[in-house]
Amino acid sequence: MSDEKQFTIESYLEYIRNRKLMGSKCKDCGVTYVPVRKLCSECNSTKMEWVEMSGKGELAAFTSITVGTPYFVERGYDRKNPYCFSVIKLDEGPMISAQLVGVEESKPETIEIGTPLKVTFLESEVKGETKVDLGFEPA
Amino acid sequence: MGKLARKIALVGAGMSKFGRNFPEKRNPDMWIDAWLDAVEKTDNGIEPKDIDACYVGNYSSDLFNHQGHLGPQMADLVGLTPKPAARFEGACASSGIAMRQAILAIASGVHDVVAVCGCECMTEQPTVNVTDVLATASDSIFEYPAGATFPGLYATVASAHFKKYGTTAEDLMRVGIKNHENGAENPYAQMQQSIKKLMDSKIAKYTSQGRDLPDWEDEFDFLKSSSNPVIAYPLRLFDCSLITDGAACLFLAAEDVAKDFTDTPIWVAGTGQGSAALSIHDRKEITSFVATREASRQAYEMAGVGPKDIQIAEVHDCFTIAEILAMEDLGFYEKGKAIDAVKTGESKLDGALPINTSGGLKSKGHPVGATGAAQAVEIFKQMRGIAERNRQVKFDVERAMTHNLGGSGASCVVTIWEK
Repeated sequence: MSDEKQFTIESYLEYIRNRKLMGSKCKDCGVTYVPVRKLCSECNSTKMEWVEMSGKGELAAFTSITVGTPYFVERGYDRKNPYCFSVIKLDEGPMISAQLVGVEESKPETIEIGTPLKVTFLESEVKGETKVDLGFEPA
Repeated sequence: MGKLARKIALVGAGMSKFGRNFPEKRNPDMWIDAWLDAVEKTDNGIEPKDIDACYVGNYSSDLFNHQGHLGPQMADLVGLTPKPAARFEGACASSGIAMRQAILAIASGVHDVVAVCGCECMTEQPTVNVTDVLATASDSIFEYPAGATFPGLYATVASAHFKKYGTTAEDLMRVGIKNHENGAENPYAQMQQSIKKLMDSKIAKYTSQGRDLPDWEDEFDFLKSSSNPVIAYPLRLFDCSLITDGAACLFLAAEDVAKDFTDTPIWVAGTGQGSAALSIHDRKEITSFVATREASRQAYEMAGVGPKDIQIAEVHDCFTIAEILAMEDLGFYEKGKAIDAVKTGESKLDGALPINTSGGLKSKGHPVGATGAAQAVEIFKQMRGIAERNRQVKFDVERAMTHNLGGSGASCVVTIWEK
């Protein structure tokens, strides 16, 4: 793991683009931050280290969105083709927001909070550029 | 928790009509309407020379109207320049924060009387842009790329509340039905119709068009039908507050001068403000808002009262689930128990603890930056017994609360009012 990488949002996003879910762990109190933080808001320490997440977690909360954001609408999501926004509790402790895939978005009543999930990286073409976004799917 | 260094009263309060007012009325027009309404409701009158500063609550005139710097703009329109004027932003809690800052400025002794403006003109933008502007009150870097919309974030909270406490879509519908019943009695409200009436007019329309009539037996059937589409599961259209233009005006005065304006001042007994991580995923709990718990803890402590002492409340029902959370986080009911109170009608106009007698954000409308100040307008009316039509509560209100929330729960201002 590159120790020179600064604990910034851009570093975190760069890891995502390289298909790694990384967090920062406070060397003083042990709290892990995903997305990464340079300053521990629990103990005010700045002694952080990069740690790679296992990518495993469970569904903490979700919604199936029929009226989406422009970013999702331009990728074909709409009332007939909704997408799921979700909050995932990682096995390492932190929670993170991500699109939930591999579920029946049109039948949200079939989706269960507590479902074990694993990370996936979602590729899409936006204005000729390949974008990689964090996603989760049933494990 | 410190006390206010001197007593402060709400001596006048008013608002513009809430609704889709643009382009007939823009922020400056609505603010003048609200100001004139508040002056009229100040018993002995009030003039610019009596006022020391103008505090403006507004969320996003920059993105809605391509206009920043509202403080002096609004001050000038009512003859308050060259006095201090400034704008405060805290998403949907913007004018709650402006009001609290006015209270603190008066308590400091620097000012004796402050005019508070809350305003927002949203319908200048098409709905898709409005949704996008509102989304900037949530986390743009981590929540937004994951697909979060504002209804989506509250729907996410709802999903966790459903799972943890057995809350149902019908429970949320009861909140909407109740608030629309109240809003039907508010001449300033955007939607002055009960859901029953909306349903009946839809049936009448179908009848006149010779279409197949829906088999709705009651409001619940209507609310579960395609006439009330899902926006973000489990929230449907009628679980969401409205896109609204509107303004509100408050006059706050120190005890020393309050009696110049009225013989029946409404005192600020307690004020509190709380915050939380912007992203829901960065909070320890999803089904409870720590900012509300903290703001109300401060307000109760300053007022020296508890939840049982509050007789009526205007709470921030930007979505129906938000009213349920507020009822719990303000301490009125234990977690998971607010839905029982909603079921038995305790929060209705004639219930034990009337909530959102104005119609709430759901029916009165939610011009985001105006909402906090507009909540105080309703409390002002209820405590003085001047609420219009049939929405005046049937008992003398000695103590009331306003609860103004920002974003998906990251900012909160709670105020306790006493006669």
